[in-house]
This record gives sequence, C-alpha cells and structure tokens, in this order.
Amino acid sequence: MAFAHPIGAARPARATRRRGYFVPVLLLTPAMLWLTVFFVVPTISLASQSLQTGDIDNGYTFTWNFQTYADALSRYWPHFVRSFGYAALATVGTLLLGYPLAWFIAHRAGRFKNTLLVLVVAPFFTNFLIRTLAWQIILTDSGPVNGFFRATGLINVLEAVGLTSNDSLLFSPFAVVSGLVYNFLPFMVLPLYASLERLDSRLLDAAGDLYANGWHTFWRVIWPLSLPGVVSGTLLTFIPAAGDYINSKLLGNTQTVMIGQVIDAQFLRVLDYPTAAALSFILMAAIIVLVGIYVRIAGTEELV
Amino acid sequence: MAKTSTSTGALRLVGLTRHFDDFVAVAGIDLEVPAGSFFALLGPSGCGKTTTLRMVAGLEEPTAGRIYLGADDITATRAYQRRVNTVFQSYALFPHLNVLDNVGFGLRQLKVADWKQRSMEALELVQLAERARQRPRQLSGGMQQRVALARAIVNRPEVLLLDEPLGALDLKLRREMQIELKRIQQEVGITFIHVTHDQEEAMTMADTVAVMNAGRLEQVGEPAQLYDRPATAFVASFLGQSNLLPLEGFSDPGGEFVTAHAHGNGLVVERAQLPEGMPLDGGFAEGAPSVHLGIRPEKLRILSPEDAPSANRLGGTVTDASFTGVATTYLVAMPWGQELTVTRPNDGSLRARPGDAVVLGWDPHQSFVVSEAL
Amino acid sequence: MAWLRRNLVVIAGLLVMAYILLPNLVVTVFSFNKPSGRYNYQWNEFSLDAWLNPCASAGMCEALGLSLWVAVVSSLVATVIGTAAAFALGRYRFRGRAATNLLVFFPMATPEVVMGSSLLTLFVAMGVPSGQGTILIAHILFTLSFVITTVKARVASLDPSLEQAAADLYARPSQTFWRVTFPLVAPGIGAGALLAFALSFDDYIVTNFNAGATTVTFPMYVWGAAQRGTPVQINVIGTVMFVGALAIVGIAQAIGARRRKVAQ
Repeated sequence: MAFAHPIGAARPARATRRRGYFVPVLLLTPAMLWLTVFFVVPTISLASQSLQTGDIDNGYTFTWNFQTYADALSRYWPHFVRSFGYAALATVGTLLLGYPLAWFIAHRAGRFKNTLLVLVVAPFFTNFLIRTLAWQIILTDSGPVNGFFRATGLINVLEAVGLTSNDSLLFSPFAVVSGLVYNFLPFMVLPLYASLERLDSRLLDAAGDLYANGWHTFWRVIWPLSLPGVVSGTLLTFIPAAGDYINSKLLGNTQTVMIGQVIDAQFLRVLDYPTAAALSFILMAAIIVLVGIYVRIAGTEELV
Repeated sequence: MAKTSTSTGALRLVGLTRHFDDFVAVAGIDLEVPAGSFFALLGPSGCGKTTTLRMVAGLEEPTAGRIYLGADDITATRAYQRRVNTVFQSYALFPHLNVLDNVGFGLRQLKVADWKQRSMEALELVQLAERARQRPRQLSGGMQQRVALARAIVNRPEVLLLDEPLGALDLKLRREMQIELKRIQQEVGITFIHVTHDQEEAMTMADTVAVMNAGRLEQVGEPAQLYDRPATAFVASFLGQSNLLPLEGFSDPGGEFVTAHAHGNGLVVERAQLPEGMPLDGGFAEGAPSVHLGIRPEKLRILSPEDAPSANRLGGTVTDASFTGVATTYLVAMPWGQELTVTRPNDGSLRARPGDAVVLGWDPHQSFVVSEAL
Repeated sequence: MAWLRRNLVVIAGLLVMAYILLPNLVVTVFSFNKPSGRYNYQWNEFSLDAWLNPCASAGMCEALGLSLWVAVVSSLVATVIGTAAAFALGRYRFRGRAATNLLVFFPMATPEVVMGSSLLTLFVAMGVPSGQGTILIAHILFTLSFVITTVKARVASLDPSLEQAAADLYARPSQTFWRVTFPLVAPGIGAGALLAFALSFDDYIVTNFNAGATTVTFPMYVWGAAQRGTPVQINVIGTVMFVGALAIVGIAQAIGARRRKVAQ
C-alpha cells in the first residue's frame, strides 16, 4: 500500500503523498484485522480441522486425511444436491415475485414509494423465526390457503412434480422453498428496485416509439439495464439460501434436510468435527465456484 | 485565519509546469494578469487551460514554476489559504445546504460576523434573493450557475476563477449569462480569469485573451489584436476562419511593403507585419519553419471590372456559393488546387455563381504573416 | 381487459406485497390468542393476557434485552470500523486494494453455518470460552462487510468537486470533512448501521454456534420455544418490533416533510 494517492486528485499532491501513505492504512487496519483474525484464520483452522483424525475425547492430530472429504461427499451428496436445488428454485421464485414488486414500487407507486419500501424492510424487525413459524399457521391443512390449493387443483400439480404429498402443503419441499422465497425476498427486491429506479422513463418511451411491443421493450431494453440489480439480488438470495436450514427444519420433513442442517448436527450434536469441517469447506468452495461462473456469465465485474 | 496580503489582485505565473506521469499538461507558462481585468484563457479541450486554473486555485500542485498573487508567492500555500475563489464547471453546490448557506460557506469559514447579510446582498446581485431558502437541486441550471457565482464573489477574492461556467447552459441562456457576468465583473471590480473553449465567448467577454495549445501559450492580447494579427497559424485558425497561403519567399523592393511569393504570384505585404528575422532575399532555407500569408474570408473581395486596381490579385474558379442571409460564402479554387473561403455581405454588389472565373483582391493592410509548422 | 393489462404489474406488486406482510399479520392476530395447549398455532379465543404480561414467559425478556444490547454494541463497532475502511476503499488507490475488496466480499458469500462453525473451531482451538464476548465478535464480523459495502458506495459516488469547492472556500481539511464530506456520507452510514442492527438482532445460526450453553439471545429463545411450546408473548414482541419500526420511520418522514415545507 506504499503508493496510495487520493482518487480524483482532490488535494495538492505534495501534502497528501506522505499522509496518503498512512491514512488508508490507518483507516483500514481495524476492519482488516477483524476480518483476518475472525474470518481468514478460522477458515484456515476449519481447513486444518477437516484434515485431522481423532475424536473429541482423545484429541485430534493433523494427518492430511482427505478420506474425510470422500466419506462426507459419498454420504451427504444428496443433501448438497437438494440444498443447491432448493436454493436455485427459491432464487428463481424471488426473482419472479420480486421483479414486478420492484417495478411497481419504482415506477407505479407514486407518492407511496417510500412507504412501500419501508414495508418491504419492516418485517426484518420481527424475528425471522417468529415469521417462519407463522407460515406453519398459514399453510396448515385446515387453513384457507390449503383449501384454495385443493379447490383449484393446484395441489395435484404440486404433487405431480413431487413438491407436496398427501394433500398437505406444510412439512413439504414446497413449504421449504416458499419459506426461503419469503425470507429472502427483500434481498431481491431492494437491489432490483435500485437498478430499476435509475431507468429513465423517457428511455421506455423511446423504446415504445421504435415499435417495440411490451415484451420486446422488456427483453431488449429493461432487462439488460436491470442486470446489475438482478445479479446482486440473485447472489444475495442464493448464497444464504444454500446454507440455510431454518426453513427446512421448521417447514420441512425428514426428506427435506438441507446441508446446513447436517453441518449443524455434525458440529453440535454428533461432535464429528472433521466431517463437519469438511462439509463446510465443500459448501463454501461449491458456492464460490458457482458464484464465479455465474458472475463470469452475467458479465458484471463490479460485485460489491 | 491570517490573510495578511500585500497583493492587489494581479496574478503572475512564472514557468508554470504540470506533468501527469509522462503527459505534459502544462509546459512552462509565463503570464501576467493585471488586477481588475477580465481575462480569458482560451483553447481546445485538453490544452491545459483547466489544469492551469486548478493550479492557481491550489487544487493541483505545479510540477515546476511559481505563482504570484500581487507580490506574494502563493505556490506553496493550500487551496483554503488562497484568497482565490472558483466557479466550478459542475457548479459543485453543496446539496445538503440551502442556497443561503451555500453562499455563506466561505464567509463563515472566514469568521465574518454579518455573513448572512452579505450573502443576501450577493444573491441580490445575481437576482436570486427570493430563492435563498431552497436547496440547489430545486433550481434550474442557470440559477445554480448564478448561485455558484454568488458563492464565489461574496468572499471578495482577489482573483475569481471561472472554469467553463457556461458550458452546461443552452445557447440563449449562455448569451444572457455572458452579459450578466460582464456586468457583475464591472460592478465588483475583481480580477476574473475565465477558462473557455468557445472563442466567441472569450472575445465577447474578456479584455485580454490568452490562447493556449498543447500546454503552451500561443498568444496573449486584446480580442481584436488576436483576430487581426494572429501570431501563429494555430491562433489564426482557432479564432475564426483564415485562408492561409503557403509562401516560398520574400523579396524586398524597399518602402512600406515587401513582396511575398506564392505559387508564382507576387503578393504585397506590409513590412511591419513580418515576424522578426524573416529573410527578404528570395527563397527560404531548407528545413526552415513554413511561412504563410493569412487573409480572413471577409477581407477578400471579388473584383469587378469597375473596381479600382488592387495590389493583390489572385484568379480562380468559384466551386461553391452558400447563401446565409446577411452574407454569401464562396469557395474559390486556386490554380494550384487550394480552395479559399470568401465571405461577402449581401449588399447588392456582384454575386458569383459556381463555375464563374473570378479575381480576388484584398487590402495589404488586412493580411497577416504567420511562421511555423502547421 | 386493457385496464387489466395496463395495471397487471400493480396487481402483481400488491399481491407480492401482501405475501411479504401476511406472516406479520398472522403474528399480530395470534398475539391476541389464548391457546388451548402449549403451542400457539390454533386460534382459540381472544385474550389480552400476553399484552398485559409481556415478560411472563420465563427468560424471554432477558433474552430480548441481551439481543438488543448485542445488536447495539456490535452495530456500533461495525459501523465505526467499517466506515473507516469504506473511506479508505472508496477514496484511495493503493496496492492490494483489489485483494482487500475480495476480503470484504468473502464473508458475505459465506453461508452462516460455515462462518459460525469456523469461528467455533477457532474459539475451541484457542480455548476461548463461548458467551457474550464470542457472540459480539461474531456479530461484528458478519455485519462488518455489509457496513463497508453500503458506506463505500456512498463515498465512491461523492462528487470530488464538492470537497474541492469547500477547500476553495477556505475550509481546512478537517473542516471540509465535518461540514461537507460527513453530512453527505451520513445517510450511507445510517443505512449501514441500521442494516447491521437488523442483521445482528435477527441472527440465529451464527449465534447458536458461538453462544455457549447458558447465553440465550432472543432468536435462540424463539428457536427453543418452537421445540417446547411457543408462548404468546413471542408474538407480542414481534408485533411491537414491527409496529415500532414503522412508527420510527413514519415520524422521521413526517419531520422531514415538515422541514421541507418550512423551507419553501
């Protein structure tokens, strides 16, 4: 960091060259120290833990034991697949629901814009466990939602694709994905809103003038311009959803167990630290690889 | 803040230089701006005029050279220590402060007790007193520009710097603001240094214009002097249009005039206009800078048989005539291929049509000579 | 039909809005319930009991107090050190800036369960006893990146000519900072702090890994209750937090609107 200088040359260079060397380092030190000591070091310690053998009573020794990874993967690969599958479904769901809402708030809500934005964020202040428990009440077998799904026959569609069973919405893959969609929807709506709000409405008029119909206007003009919002929204949804286990635990059954649940159990109940660490590491690596590919395809370099 | 100063608003730059890595933005400028003048720094974009201005403001540090305000060397002082204020190109109004607090910002830093009253007076000067409580973003571009001006002049700086302040305004508003700026400058009597790439703006507003190109000063002078007697080919073509005839040499018949040779034509030129040290013994030396004779399009006449014989005559063929209302602009092809531009007022005199063979003439006092590579 | 087509997006938006708010409505309604068993999942009869005795459920208000305290302290620390880092990243170019940005991004790309478990392995390896201290460390960690990102965006979008104008108008660097830079960045800092508070207050997974056996935050209390039986008081707290957040924003907006009106 020896060649620090301010962006945009705000001040005379001579005065800042010396200060510019110390100031950013000084400003960065506390935060970077925190991230290094409590994120980088634990990640390394996790990697080391995953390659150790032993048990909690007799202690662990570092043995380059890659077998743990092989065992963990062969035993828990369905949980990984399920987790990424649910997370992908939930991401698509939040995008499908979040886009119209973000558009509505950005361009059609008029003076209620700010009120609606606040309403999107306000549920955060009610603990998410309480809200997720409320879904148990909403989706219960005798409730009106279940009644609606049965009356319209939608429940048969869901059962046909294996998302529900026994005419019941609760404690099913459907409930888990719905819960994920619900919990992460604000993380999708806010970045989408930010990029849609910036769209100049004159731009849309111009697209209309070029004889673009509604679908063309959307696909050729609006969608590409909203891509930055779509990318950050999908990342903010997919990453935490893949590691989440609250929804699968509160709204799912024994067939919907996600990888987070397995890691949690290995760490806190089974006390098999190497396996738990290996699973954590695989999860993190998989997410980083998927995100890397996704970002490369989406073509946005500026992630954060 | 101690601001003891012996200066009077006169600005002097000595060998002022600024490099950005390998790029030389300003290449050693020597310049004197008299106190109380309206001075324009004119040049194409990237010529270093804004960098020069920012060095005077203290926002950019010179690589070499000195800056004097009156008798004081202010080169080493910081921006906030200089009694110099700037009207920024983007106006740079503080969005979180209302108009009055924007204008009063500098006075409050200077601990002026009656900052409110003085700020209101400045707002009255720019005719925005009734907007004092509004936020900048509630104002139009022209109004924001006037607030930025008020915010700068309210401090009574010794020099006021204007960085293309009219660039963002539309043409009509720009004309109005040009007149307005001139009025305000005469009212407050502060030295104004106005950076612009618009030659018409510079010539209308300033008493003195300095033309910059590629980090150097090309010429400094009054607008009429720059126009009638440009010192370089760059000034001749940047300020208005010029016909530049390449010359092969001079010969000296003695007296007020000398003869210039261009493509076999002997042209009469005022001796006083020749650059110093110009050889008058026929052709130029091999590798010497090229020399051109310049004539403005409106100084060229199309000679008719009844005209008095002209000292300078060039025959050619009209290739184009465009009627623009007050005048008609002709392109006349010379035998050696060069096309000269001729602008004639539509005063009932002879009109030529494309294809006509015409003879062009001009008064030898109205031409000029520039020497250097184009 | 044309009307429907024109307003399709409005209808869809309102439906999604309803989806977002429905659980809160349920939480509020069931805060007035008098359940017949240990679980508050079936409507039984109207009652104000829970509202009149919000702390009747053993340990709940202590857990709530702890969560609020943790959220305040951790969001405060994260905001201060995060804002400093955001200024460095948004303002200066230096070697290793890209790597630093990556270090800031990674915690946000790490699932909570991984972050929580890796911190636990560190604490176990170092022999650090779990408790309030470890919770604070963890919360500052996972909120820090969000604060840095939020504030950095604001710092980077700041027009540098504004600070130059302040310097031009006789403000020394410290005065420029406090009179121009800070007020302009403040909304970003406020948003970052609020986000940090909400994330900390709501966190269960990371906290559960690092809290130890005896320290119980509010989300942990709710989790435990979900296994043993849910007291109605949980719904009361949920409702109060939701309405409280709305009220604070509403009051702030009303004050802002009045100020704007006075200004005109």
